[in-house]
Amino acid sequence: MSRIEPWTPERASEIIAQHQQLKGATLPILHALQEEFGCVPLAAEPLIAEALNISRAEVHGCVTFYHDFRREPGGRRTLKLCLAESCQASGGRALEKRCKEKLGVEMGGTTADRRVTLEPVYCLGLCHSSPAAMLDGDVYGALDEERLDALLKEAQS
Amino acid sequence: MTRIYISRDSGALCVGAEAVAEKFRKEAKERGLDVEIIRTGARGMYWLEPLVEVETAQGRVGYGPVKASKVGNLIDAGMLEGKPHKKCIGVVDDYPWFKNQTRLTFARCGIVDPRSIEDYQAHKGYEGLKKALQVGPEATVEEVLTSGLRGRGGAGFPTGIKWRTVAATPPQQKYIVCNADEGDSGTFADRMIMEGDPFVLIEGMTIAGIAVGATYGYIYLRSEYPHAFETLKIAIEEARKAGFLGDNVAGSGFAYDMEVRLGAGAYVCGEETSLLDSLEGKRGEVRAKPPLPAHIGLFGQPTIINNVLSLATVPIIMSDGGEFYRDFGMGKSRGTMPIQLAGNIKHGGLYETAFGITLGALVDDIGGGTYSGRPVRAVQVGGPLGAYFPRELFNTPFDYEAFTAADGLIGHGGIVVFDDTVDMAQQARFAMEFCAVESCGKCTPCRIGSARGVELMDKIVAGEDREANLEVLEDLCDTMKFGSLCALGGFTPYPVMSALHHFPEDFGAGKKRLEAAE
Repeated sequence: MSRIEPWTPERASEIIAQHQQLKGATLPILHALQEEFGCVPLAAEPLIAEALNISRAEVHGCVTFYHDFRREPGGRRTLKLCLAESCQASGGRALEKRCKEKLGVEMGGTTADRRVTLEPVYCLGLCHSSPAAMLDGDVYGALDEERLDALLKEAQS
Repeated sequence: MTRIYISRDSGALCVGAEAVAEKFRKEAKERGLDVEIIRTGARGMYWLEPLVEVETAQGRVGYGPVKASKVGNLIDAGMLEGKPHKKCIGVVDDYPWFKNQTRLTFARCGIVDPRSIEDYQAHKGYEGLKKALQVGPEATVEEVLTSGLRGRGGAGFPTGIKWRTVAATPPQQKYIVCNADEGDSGTFADRMIMEGDPFVLIEGMTIAGIAVGATYGYIYLRSEYPHAFETLKIAIEEARKAGFLGDNVAGSGFAYDMEVRLGAGAYVCGEETSLLDSLEGKRGEVRAKPPLPAHIGLFGQPTIINNVLSLATVPIIMSDGGEFYRDFGMGKSRGTMPIQLAGNIKHGGLYETAFGITLGALVDDIGGGTYSGRPVRAVQVGGPLGAYFPRELFNTPFDYEAFTAADGLIGHGGIVVFDDTVDMAQQARFAMEFCAVESCGKCTPCRIGSARGVELMDKIVAGEDREANLEVLEDLCDTMKFGSLCALGGFTPYPVMSALHHFPEDFGAGKKRLEAAE
């Protein structure tokens, strides 16, 4: 996973300035901020509003609408486990339970050592090889208990 | 020199294709073999991935699934000469599962290097654009109308009519938007074509732009597809360098350029008006129609918004003719449909075939039944908003109208197979829960209805006033179906009601009565 930088309004403004000339720049800006800081802190909202000449409420509404954007950085690595129908049909629910037990967190939670954040995802488009998961940007399919355990080990390493 | 082809598609990567490719590189170096490894897209036979193909005089011979640890053994056994082996499936083009398909949209997928525009052009690439430039914008729109192509995103609206509407608007800034927010579980065709043959989508969008007078296009891609994002960015840059995008497309004098934008995990943004709002930088809330996006679309301008597969099918319609395409299919469903076999299935993958094949043939014959080996109990067709079908309806032909008549939808063509361990009441509850989580919140039937639906399902499962609550559930579904602004709230009743109607025993009522009778 790429390194997370500590929040500074100066750096945030730089990032916003790099994207603000795009048409419909909000999402590209939010993605870029999250890439840099691991999240979109509340403090970023007035900066975006100012740059795009929209209200802070509009920015806030946008940030909170999308599942991708976080308020606080997640763990060092993010494990997204697919919980959609195709994975449900292939034993995904049992794997979800196993994941939670082994990591000791609920969906959306981060392990106490801040190593792994576990998130649900509704479809990775790997339904031909369900159940599937994604660790940061890497994809894993045809998961069973053994493959999941190896994946969890990798995530925690 | 021996050429080896290994897929870079995320469906192959998710089962270890990268490690296999790496191992081949290492073995080739150590043994001093003259081997070139070409990374392709996927053929769509995912149970055989990682699939390794070797170029021979007979054609490309396939081996799969290959484990990285067995690469050395395979080379020892003579796989580089295409020799037989228990993992060998013979010449891939002659492999029945592949050969029996009608690959029009996916003609190149799995065969070419998706990052090479030269390879694309060597396989009939950009012939559709050439034809479009020859015949001109008006005749291009007519050709798409003739083909009978209908929106492959799920709604099935004739693509040519959308195009004609936008073409008829006065000259002004117009846009082409590609809906690549493929969020339906059980579907991966968009991902596969974007990772395996991205230029066909770029070409289709370029043809659309020239046909209706739009000079700019956006692909709105879901953020869950990082590999497709990477491939599309590379392909767009290649197309630009080769002069197929820019101020003077292929020397024609027409201007068209495009970019890819990422979504942010909202399922509802697959709905076209919600997608447009999201592209504009707003919350992805659904817009009321009219006005149609064709009149007032992206940034208030006339906009064509089509699914990936619709746009990716345009080049072959142009190169081979609308009539050629129209001659496949049945009834009002013309051409081919890339059908995606998913869930608990033995042969999971993409099967492109003419409309008209039955659901049973797809699940049992082509899909090979369940992966678990247990009997198939239900299949969900068309994603989270699609109906559950029992075996009794397996004679339903794959066709827009036939599925509507069976109270279902083909949607984006995904089929998710469930074995007999499935609890259909849980699946119905999940449909409501999913709708509640993903609702954009704009209309009440969807926002509130789905939340009430989850509560109702919990009561029904708990056996609380079951008969009365089942009646309320039916009533609620009726309200959602007819009162919601878009397909999210409007179609959530499909999985719920189909589960209830076809599998009432899972909802307790029938079972309880049986127990009482005993």
